[in-house]
Amino acid sequence: MAGVAQVRAFPERAVPVRAVPERGARVEAWRRRVRRFVMFVLALVVLAALWEGYKWFGRSVDDHVFGWRLPARSDNGSMPHVWDILRRFGQPERRGTSHSIGATVAAGAWFTFRVAMAGFVVGVVVGMALAVVMQRFRVAERGLLPYVVLSQTVPLVALAPLVVGWGGNLTLFGVRWQLWMSVAVIAAYLAFFPVAIGGLRGLQAPGDEAVELMDSYAASWRQTLLKLRLPAAVPYLVPALKLAAASSVVGAVVAEISTGTKGGIGRLIIEYSREATSDPAKVYTAMIGAAALGLAVAGLVGMLDLIMMRHRPPVGSET
Amino acid sequence: MRRSTPKIPLLGVVAVVALLVAGACSSSKTATTATTVAGGGASTTAAGGALKTVKLQLQWFTQAQFSGYFAAVDQGFFKKHGLNVQILEGGVDIVPQTVLAQGGADFAIAWVPKALASREQGANITDVAQIFQRSGTLQVSFKNKNITAPADLKGKKVGNWGFGNEFELFAGMGKAGLNPGKDVSLVQQQFDMKALLSGDIDAAQAMIYNEYAQVLEANNPATGKLYQPSDFNAINWNDVGTAMLQDAIWASTDKLKDAAFQDTTVKFIEASIEGWAYCRDNPAKCRDIVVAKGSKLGNSHQLWQTNEINKLVWPSPKGAGYIDSADWDRTVQIAMGTKNADGKTVITKAPDAAAYTNDYVTKALNELKGAGVDVNGTAFSPITVTLEPGGN
Repeated sequence: MAGVAQVRAFPERAVPVRAVPERGARVEAWRRRVRRFVMFVLALVVLAALWEGYKWFGRSVDDHVFGWRLPARSDNGSMPHVWDILRRFGQPERRGTSHSIGATVAAGAWFTFRVAMAGFVVGVVVGMALAVVMQRFRVAERGLLPYVVLSQTVPLVALAPLVVGWGGNLTLFGVRWQLWMSVAVIAAYLAFFPVAIGGLRGLQAPGDEAVELMDSYAASWRQTLLKLRLPAAVPYLVPALKLAAASSVVGAVVAEISTGTKGGIGRLIIEYSREATSDPAKVYTAMIGAAALGLAVAGLVGMLDLIMMRHRPPVGSET
Repeated sequence: MRRSTPKIPLLGVVAVVALLVAGACSSSKTATTATTVAGGGASTTAAGGALKTVKLQLQWFTQAQFSGYFAAVDQGFFKKHGLNVQILEGGVDIVPQTVLAQGGADFAIAWVPKALASREQGANITDVAQIFQRSGTLQVSFKNKNITAPADLKGKKVGNWGFGNEFELFAGMGKAGLNPGKDVSLVQQQFDMKALLSGDIDAAQAMIYNEYAQVLEANNPATGKLYQPSDFNAINWNDVGTAMLQDAIWASTDKLKDAAFQDTTVKFIEASIEGWAYCRDNPAKCRDIVVAKGSKLGNSHQLWQTNEINKLVWPSPKGAGYIDSADWDRTVQIAMGTKNADGKTVITKAPDAAAYTNDYVTKALNELKGAGVDVNGTAFSPITVTLEPGGN
């Protein structure tokens, strides 16, 4: 990509394009990663300790402090022990089967991950297309932007059954519409928004002088887009993509719960929560699975961040 | 300045998206095909005619509440009548009668009062078979609360689910002379029974085939064993006389004007009732069929549910699926006359004559009797189910 354009896009940050990091810097980066991982594990341990500590405290005061009831009950029915939850992962889902809850939760998370990623890809394509159209035509920006914002105020629980209803009798490219596609559409519906907004902001980021330079080269609209506007949009797109990835997971899980789509982690949460009365630890396995899925997606987008921003000064490096 | 038209290869983008979608589709085929249940592999009947594909929308996930339909698929009853039935599972926000009215399904399973409410709002649907002859809703309380009749609810914390699931309770309280707004403290209930067990609710709503079993699968901290039925009182609305009709088969009123669809409806009801008769006579096998279709509920819980559902369907003196006008009228009367916590009734005026019909179920029952199927279940006796911890 044109380095000139990138620098021009950030006149206030006239740092030259960084060379390959030195050995010392690389070691430092690794150290930082290891430290971050240790902190992550430590945070989990602290969380578990807090959980058990609250339980112990609640039990010893019978959930009442100065006559006030604690916000959450601490008995085993409401807050199962951490080790009970962990043990449930290894136990069979149903009597007489060898299929463990852990395997079911992992399969559910994997299913939801794929659906969410399908939604993410569609959302990013749609969001970028909208951003480009809105950047290109002022009229489109004025006409579309309010609706793009409005789209996010529609409650998902109202939208999900509608999407399922529309998809009911649809055949696309010879493939019968499946329920998971409706879930992916809902994930995309949440994911396109930050990309459209961030993308538009990013595409509009180059200053007048940069655009005028391109014009003086008689650069076509497409050349300006590819060589100036898109590279300039990257710092805006990275956080937008992070948001979009997180939204697509949330959208997929909520849509699964809403529409009862079989196979995913959202469906497992609702199925297991129905058994919460008699088997309280079970529902937490599904919730942990959903949390792990969210972390995995956040990690993946973090890698995307590293790749997309590798030739740029790290944020805050000037300070 | 030159502004050339963008030359973004739009077709290329579309192709990439299509590929991605198709790729994701094929890779998750095993999971998605499980969501619909096709009637066997072959697409033709033994006689050689093509099978007619029919979609049935359930109210909820696969569970024994719908065992008759799953059994009819599994045992080939639908296929015998030339039908290839796809069973669509419900979800938290899936309203079966709405899916039906929008054409997303040919038949739907729905509670009568809720379907009547949708009907009043414009869903043009008809009850063609009343599979559940009795209501499965209870009001469960610990024995020491001494709540054996609706009048005993006075001054108690009374749980209710809301969302149209509460009208039997409110009618029962009204019948006992209680004003639900003043005489009891109403508690919005979650869909589990923790609040009852922890004492936040004195009397909780429970379906006899699900939530009640969950209570009996939970550990009693006082004894270290499971809770026993003797630990509880349960008010049964069938006994109080404020029961409302629940699971029924609904079809589109407009489509029923078509002779071919009328024929399909008779066949669908006929095969369904045969499925329910199969579950009555083979509860354990029926449970296994439902489990094989991917229900997550435990084995003993599922068998309990099969057995309790059987009790709601059988015996059926006028024939399974027959809509008893007295039951119907009582349901309509409660739906019109009982106000819930928000002061709302289910419906504001009596439904018209097209709301239910016994035409098709009568034909189906005659055919079944001719084929030697017991459609009354006079000799039906429920089995005894031992619940395991966690319903396992």
